Amino acid sequence: MQSKVSNLQKQENPVLKGFEWRNYIVYFAFVGVLIYFSITLSDDGFLTTGNLLNIVRQTATISLMALAMTFVISTGEIDLSVGSIAALSSLVGALALQAGYGIIGGLIGGVGTGLVVGLINGLLVTKVAIPSFLVTLGTMGAIKGFAMWVTDTAPVPIVNANFNFIFGSGDIGPIPVLLLWTVVFTVIAHVLLRKTSFGRQVLATGGNENAARFSGVKTMKIKLMVFLGTGLMAGLAGLLYAGRMNAGRFSFGEGDELSVIAAVILGGTSLFGGVGTIIGTIVGSLMIGTINNGLIIMGLDVSQQMIIKGIIIILAVAFGKKAMKR
Amino acid sequence: MDQPILEMKNINKAFNGIPVLKDVNFSVKKGEVHALMGGNGAGKSTLMKILTGVYTADSGEISIEGKPVSIKSYEEAQKNNISMIFQEFSLIPTLTVAQNIFLTREKKTGMGLLDDKDCEKKTEKLLEELGVDIKPSDIVQNLGVGYWQMTEIAKALSQEAKILIMDEPTSSLTKNETEVLFGFINKLKAKGYSIIYISHRMDEIFQICDRITILRDGRYITTETCSETTLDTVIQHIVGMEFDQAFEWKERSYATDVPPIFEVRNLTARKVQDINLKIQPGEIVGIAGLMGSGRTELLRNLFGIDPIESGEIYVNGQKQTIKNPRNAIDSGLALIPEDRRMQGLVLEHSVKDNMILPILSKVKKGTFIDNKKSNDISNEFVRKLNIKTDHIFKQARLLSGGNQQKIVLAKWLANDPTVLMLDEPTIGVDIGAKTEIVDIIRAMAESGKAILVVSSELPELLALSDRVIVMHDGKIKKEITRKEIKSEEELQYAIQGF
Repeated sequence: MQSKVSNLQKQENPVLKGFEWRNYIVYFAFVGVLIYFSITLSDDGFLTTGNLLNIVRQTATISLMALAMTFVISTGEIDLSVGSIAALSSLVGALALQAGYGIIGGLIGGVGTGLVVGLINGLLVTKVAIPSFLVTLGTMGAIKGFAMWVTDTAPVPIVNANFNFIFGSGDIGPIPVLLLWTVVFTVIAHVLLRKTSFGRQVLATGGNENAARFSGVKTMKIKLMVFLGTGLMAGLAGLLYAGRMNAGRFSFGEGDELSVIAAVILGGTSLFGGVGTIIGTIVGSLMIGTINNGLIIMGLDVSQQMIIKGIIIILAVAFGKKAMKR
Repeated sequence: MDQPILEMKNINKAFNGIPVLKDVNFSVKKGEVHALMGGNGAGKSTLMKILTGVYTADSGEISIEGKPVSIKSYEEAQKNNISMIFQEFSLIPTLTVAQNIFLTREKKTGMGLLDDKDCEKKTEKLLEELGVDIKPSDIVQNLGVGYWQMTEIAKALSQEAKILIMDEPTSSLTKNETEVLFGFINKLKAKGYSIIYISHRMDEIFQICDRITILRDGRYITTETCSETTLDTVIQHIVGMEFDQAFEWKERSYATDVPPIFEVRNLTARKVQDINLKIQPGEIVGIAGLMGSGRTELLRNLFGIDPIESGEIYVNGQKQTIKNPRNAIDSGLALIPEDRRMQGLVLEHSVKDNMILPILSKVKKGTFIDNKKSNDISNEFVRKLNIKTDHIFKQARLLSGGNQQKIVLAKWLANDPTVLMLDEPTIGVDIGAKTEIVDIIRAMAESGKAILVVSSELPELLALSDRVIVMHDGKIKKEITRKEIKSEEELQYAIQGF
């Protein structure tokens, strides 16, 4: 009997190697990108404190949305509407400020907008049972249209200096407020995913939905919550756009879903659900920000940046898929 | 000790007015392993679904430790200390063993955060008690299948389960893993847990079980004590004495003086080894074997779904290269798969669209599908196979099981294959349609095709086959002509490997 037990040692899964490698690839890639730009752009001021803080500022919106997206993707779902939500929220927040409701009013307006869209997404996915890809593809278009329509595509300027300081251009000592936003929410998201029963149930739902349900996880409630999460964070991201640019504008967040999903997948979160990492997501997000920044300094324009981002997503998913195969 | 821990009395259950359980009694003692046996459709799984709250009985009583209980959901079954051990579906592959065992029941620290250390400590203790050699921090998907079951059992026990139901627990295990599982079951028994063990494998049942309850056609037949009964008695009770007229075998003649129309030489793949097989035109060959014996896998290999490692396949004396189902179809092979809803049909498509799917290239006129021709073909098969549908444009999912299966048959007959392979052709089909399907298969053979049938329903296999091949552990163990088989029991023996 004893010998038989030893025959039955855990199978060394050959997949395992690829798996771990995949989980750490983002860190190597990030360092590689930093070194590459540091060398090639050394005369253009890439490696200055000012530019590095700039990367953090430019990345904050993507980072916040990517944190929430990590939860959505961990349940095996997707949310394509984050960019559109950010656009509409920036406008609603700016309109609330213009109407004299103050910073609190702007915050409630912007974040509330995100929550409402998140609720619609979540209910359509859980109650009407439409795949999240289709639901959020629909709301992505509809909400964008709504954002264009609400002011007839006109930007709404924000003159409240305090708002612009808190949500955008402010520095506390040498530290940009946008860095603080990023750090605070990264810590919250990490604890939520790793250390709370909510996070565990998110991973369980994505790992095997049926099994999770049989174990007493209310999988529908969990899914609704993660869509509320992306709605909330996209709403906040909209306010950060507004604060940084001193205006609400329908074009904010355009194409962000691409960067956000790329950041999450690059970070090592499985597109098939069940595996998620917040630290990976943040590094993935910073890497995309760094690539954007480096490409701008190199003199490439938006169209070329989009091409490179698209290629990065496909490569990231290809690596992920290879590792998933048995 | 004498009072049963579980007693089910006079359980009745009917679906759509058709009774599937008739006054069934079942009782399990504390600390025993009790086998539940019976052929397909005997009512084992319905009885267990009633016990676990998936179905509710129409009448009858369930009592646990002498107290009557009502079980209307799986949660209520768990509250009554009953747990079903699913094969591999109730664990989250991406979480660790400890995280799985305590999912939704984790202890929290003062700050409301998960106390993973506590879970791991409790899990370690549990695993140690059960003598399972895995770490609480192991991720489930990196463990062998055998350990999945043990993790599930550990999970059930941590939820205070006292009665465990195991359905064919060894079907995906290797021999070594099975031995380990049996050692584990014996430990559970010694600790006073009761296990309901559902399996078709007699050798395992005689090795591990204390008592056997046999059901047949929805009726309770008998309960035997393992140490006092014989394999003969058990097989006789399972098979019964009734003989189904529709399934009577008729000796058929086919050409034996011509070269075989289908031949497999030394085929080896992941789940099958060294398979040699010849079929004459017009001959029906049945493959018998237990679940996991390699019978379904062989068909999948032949049809190019799973890759072949070595070996050759000949159709009409010509060597064929089969790397995917398209190659197989082009070589004149057809496979009626085991699960028609998942593998056989596009349920949302119409009867017609399903039928013409394999022959699209034959019903084309230029670039487009020839509507008239494809309608004619579909209508012809609806008539020929007596498919009950309002019209050929009805969605396949709206038809009954028997009629769906006939569509799958039509789909392949339309392609006029040389070799027709069928996997459980009449599973989940009512008796009327069953007879018709058997007739269709016979007619196909009459027209000179080679037929290869896999079935776990022995009466069906015996009614159809001219020759039966018995598979065991991926190898052909025995080859018997139909004439040599005197009774179903004899075949049952061969399948069990005696």
